[in-house]
Amino acid sequence: MDSAIATHPHTHETAVHADHEHASLPQHRHHFETEEQQREAGSFGMWLFLLTEIMFFGGMFFAYLLYRNWYYPAFAVASNQLSVPLGAANTAILITSGFCMAVGVWAAEVRRRKMLVLMLVLTTVFGIAFIGVKADEYHEKYEMHHIPGADFSVAQFVNPAAYGIKEEPLNPDMAQKTEIYFFLYFAMTGMHAVHMIIGIVLLFWLTHRAWRGDFSSGYVAPIENFGLYWHFVDIVWLFLFPLLYLINRHPLH
Amino acid sequence: MDRFISPVLWQFLTKWMHASALFPPEASTISPYMDALYFFLLLMTIVGTSLVAILLFGFCIRYRREKSPVATQVEGSTLLEATWTIIPLAIFLLVFVWGALLYFRIYDPPTNAMNIYIVGKQWMWKAEHPGGQHEINALHVPTGRPVQLTMISQDVFHSFSIPDFRVKREVIPGRYSTVWFQATEPGTYHLFCTQYCGTLHSSMIGEVTVLSPDDYKKWLEESTSGMSLAQNGERLFASMGCNACHSGNAAARGPNLAGVFGSRLTLTDGSQRLVDDAYLRDAILNPSQHVTAGYAPIMPTYQGQISEDGLIDLVEYIKTLQTNYRIQQTQMTSASDQAAPTTPTEGITPGMVKP
Amino acid sequence: MSAPATHTILSLPDQSTAKMPKRHYLNNEDGLLSWLLTGDHKRIAILYLISITFFFFIGGAFAGLIRLELLTPQPDLVAADTYNKFFTMHGIIMIFLFLVPSVPATLGNFLIPIMLGAKDLAFPKINLLSWYLYLIGGTLTLAALVLGGVDTGWTFTTPLSTHYLNTHVLTAATAIFIAGFSSIFTGLNFIVTIHRMRCPGMTWFRMPLFVWSHYAASLLMVLGTPVLAIALVLVALERIAGIGVFDPAKGGDPLLFQHLFWFYSHPAVYIMILPGMGVISEVISTFSRKRVFGYSAVAFSSVAIALFGFFVWEHHMFIMGVSNYSALVFSLLTMLVAVPSAIKIFNWTFTLQKGSITFETPMLYAFGFMGLFTIGGLTGVFLGSLGMDIHLTETYFIVAHFHFVMVGGMLMAFLAGVHFWWPKMTGRMYPESLSKLAAVTTFIGFNLTFLPQFILGYLGMPRRYHAYPPEFQVLNVLSTAGATVLGVGYMLPLLYLGWSLKYGAIAGNNPWQATGLEWQIQSPPITANFIETPVMDHEAYDYEWLEKKTLNEVTTVG
Repeated sequence: MDSAIATHPHTHETAVHADHEHASLPQHRHHFETEEQQREAGSFGMWLFLLTEIMFFGGMFFAYLLYRNWYYPAFAVASNQLSVPLGAANTAILITSGFCMAVGVWAAEVRRRKMLVLMLVLTTVFGIAFIGVKADEYHEKYEMHHIPGADFSVAQFVNPAAYGIKEEPLNPDMAQKTEIYFFLYFAMTGMHAVHMIIGIVLLFWLTHRAWRGDFSSGYVAPIENFGLYWHFVDIVWLFLFPLLYLINRHPLH
Repeated sequence: MDRFISPVLWQFLTKWMHASALFPPEASTISPYMDALYFFLLLMTIVGTSLVAILLFGFCIRYRREKSPVATQVEGSTLLEATWTIIPLAIFLLVFVWGALLYFRIYDPPTNAMNIYIVGKQWMWKAEHPGGQHEINALHVPTGRPVQLTMISQDVFHSFSIPDFRVKREVIPGRYSTVWFQATEPGTYHLFCTQYCGTLHSSMIGEVTVLSPDDYKKWLEESTSGMSLAQNGERLFASMGCNACHSGNAAARGPNLAGVFGSRLTLTDGSQRLVDDAYLRDAILNPSQHVTAGYAPIMPTYQGQISEDGLIDLVEYIKTLQTNYRIQQTQMTSASDQAAPTTPTEGITPGMVKP
Repeated sequence: MSAPATHTILSLPDQSTAKMPKRHYLNNEDGLLSWLLTGDHKRIAILYLISITFFFFIGGAFAGLIRLELLTPQPDLVAADTYNKFFTMHGIIMIFLFLVPSVPATLGNFLIPIMLGAKDLAFPKINLLSWYLYLIGGTLTLAALVLGGVDTGWTFTTPLSTHYLNTHVLTAATAIFIAGFSSIFTGLNFIVTIHRMRCPGMTWFRMPLFVWSHYAASLLMVLGTPVLAIALVLVALERIAGIGVFDPAKGGDPLLFQHLFWFYSHPAVYIMILPGMGVISEVISTFSRKRVFGYSAVAFSSVAIALFGFFVWEHHMFIMGVSNYSALVFSLLTMLVAVPSAIKIFNWTFTLQKGSITFETPMLYAFGFMGLFTIGGLTGVFLGSLGMDIHLTETYFIVAHFHFVMVGGMLMAFLAGVHFWWPKMTGRMYPESLSKLAAVTTFIGFNLTFLPQFILGYLGMPRRYHAYPPEFQVLNVLSTAGATVLGVGYMLPLLYLGWSLKYGAIAGNNPWQATGLEWQIQSPPITANFIETPVMDHEAYDYEWLEKKTLNEVTTVG
């Protein structure tokens, strides 16, 4: 039935194919013609997925830009409540974990199993450290009644002197707008943290498989693609940090 | 409209179709403009659809299998592509311009329009005339005068629609929206809420009664319920303590409000704002973003302390405020409990008359 | 069979000798698990077909109830809250659980790999995941229904949905959130497949236009749906925690939700219609035995619709207090997005010229599409025109407009596609006279249902109204009468297509004598689609190639 459609000329290909057969990885999926096609498709798919993530975070970035423009004084004062040292530390932690991940990808490509496992473990450790610092920051916000909702209090913004905070007091109506800032803070960093946690869970699984040697014999696609994902999560943080923490910071106080 | 099409055709389209319950009456000055665009668009649709239908049927008959056993493969034709790109585009752009002009006509009220406030809430409409007449799910307007509606919602999105006037505008929580019309025919017309707003959305309907100017004047006199909106506003102005800072004295902590409506104000950040209804409402609720240049940002917010009706009363009051005489009278009245009456202080324009 | 070189003669082959192939994707493996854990895109397509049909009839039942209530001006059939739940569930189910996945997830899934000469989509496991996400979304929607329903309207307008309703908004929002990911993964799969898995010789401009339409729709799915996801997340957070993002009392802006929601929901309508347009290209070409007139124009206009479709969302908000100048920009862009659709309609019409036309059921549905989509699309121009929109928005005119494009357009295209590829998917033919009857019934019923609604809209009857002034009754009764006829028209295919699975005539490879790689393989196809990877050495819709090929084949089919 298919004889009437022109098909792959077989002569040269069979020879190459035979070679490929021996070197064919067990993970080769049969709907792909070649390894190359599978790898490229996987990589392309991951880039596309990251594009959808940009659109997803984009909605919140848009809301942030809108409200920051409308309520700048509230945003500036509220942003000063975040700890720049902790944020900077988190930035450093995340960049380091990204570096470890990149080294891990290299290790997979040059088939160094132990190095790959070490890098994956380090990436996980730094990722968990990031979440830990975040949890600490969130806890502090909880104690200061900065979590939006029923428990939110603008008292510190209306009367900062009473709380020992060196800020200009805000009018009550502007102080009310800090709730919007904190909502965006929690939503954006929270969504980011969710993505990090998903990444950490995946890292556990990948580390286990790497230990078994799945990724040190030529099949590197999952490590590469996960690397893309991890770096993306990193980049989102690199936008979040200045937008949320560094509004209205002066170099010298 | 009779410049472009024959009056007989226009009569047919509007009056006769209306008699067959297929077309709404034209009851405002804008209705004919809207209907003209509609008929053009209808014509465009009929011509377009007929063209496609004729081509379709024509080709099907001429080239059906029995008559055309052999198909001729045709790649395409750039000329045809250009034709059916440019002609529809031209028509659509014409429609765009026409529609845009109509939109601006409907949403830019004339300066001499009389103002009526509309407050929408689940699930009823409140109309508040400046003279203090209040209506529920009803609106009385005169013919021959432009009427502007300044509308706000107390809860969710609603939409105020008078189909026979061909006007409609969303009624939004948190800010004013306006629409205007000028009624031409006495009678009663439907008023609908057209934005889904919950359980009794379908019941949020009412009647617009259009009266001749004399009948309207009579109606105003009969339905006045005491104080006008501005008088209510004056009461609120005193009871909420606004007169303490906005007393009109030179050394007052708040700016002078007499004559401020319609003026252009410079704020502390250097920007210039036109003082309209929306500005006044916003300034009462979010004062820290509306500080007049030269004043300190000390005004407290009244968010949560005053209803939309109260805000309308205050806005209407400030609109009508030409002098500070009555404000200072009120102050003196309250101050007189503690001290002997004093002569009016500086800050009152010399030669002013009691309003 | 001898003919001049430039012309083609094709006659439908004798099907009386057609035999069902021994092994194909349906009987390749047995057992429930082989279906529930399949990676085969064709089986997943069938799974989707069953699920969306199920949801279609539920959504249709709600439509019937709505029209039943609207027979009389009084709110006498059901309580106001119940009616509000009817139209909300009708909208949510029809849009998210039927229209968005209809052609892409069933026909697209089935055909795109085959049309490209591939063995499967790029990510079969993700394809299966898409189906499960769809099921979860659908189940949650049913849960919201059974628990008491949701009455926000499918548009979830804030602050109504965030502060003023006690119904199962969160359940419904979660359901749509999950179903959205189903859509994103399907689109992602299609894009990677189309970019990376075309067989040798299959250049972009040799692909069937069906594939082009799905590519454009997939771009929209992938880029637009995440914004809906975030809008729903924000609504959920506002409901749970009262954060104030849409609450004016706290400084939030309810209009922000509108922008975020419509940023997805406008491209969504193009996600719904573009795959249908792809079907029409295939059907019209086949049944006039001609390549589509202006192939490149149709291909580019699909992508143009997708691109422009991202820049017109504010036309759903013209009267909502947006700045007059932004309204101008969006109205202009809306006029621009209408042009590519017009181009397509004319290209399809001129495909018929100098063709050799037959009137099988898919062709009848395609004609219905062309007429009804033209009307629907042109009424869209009414709404894109700022001044006109003031009077028409939020009335039954809008309801009529979108039903013309979605039901008169998209649903007809879906039925055209199901009938066209039914022989390929199942190996069986459906009964032709009954199917023609159903097509005509649907067309008549549809017009009777929705044409009166245009008039009602101009008269001012608002949408989502439970009761209405008595002078609108006659038109409403006409509309309900039409809905009854329409319902019959939709029940018929369910019955005869089901019947054909057991009793239909055997179809053979290529009962329509169509070009396209899917028609050169057996019906139903084997699991791997092709025995050997094909090489594409001819243009799309190359009937001369097909003639040469049939000349060389044995004249029996099967």
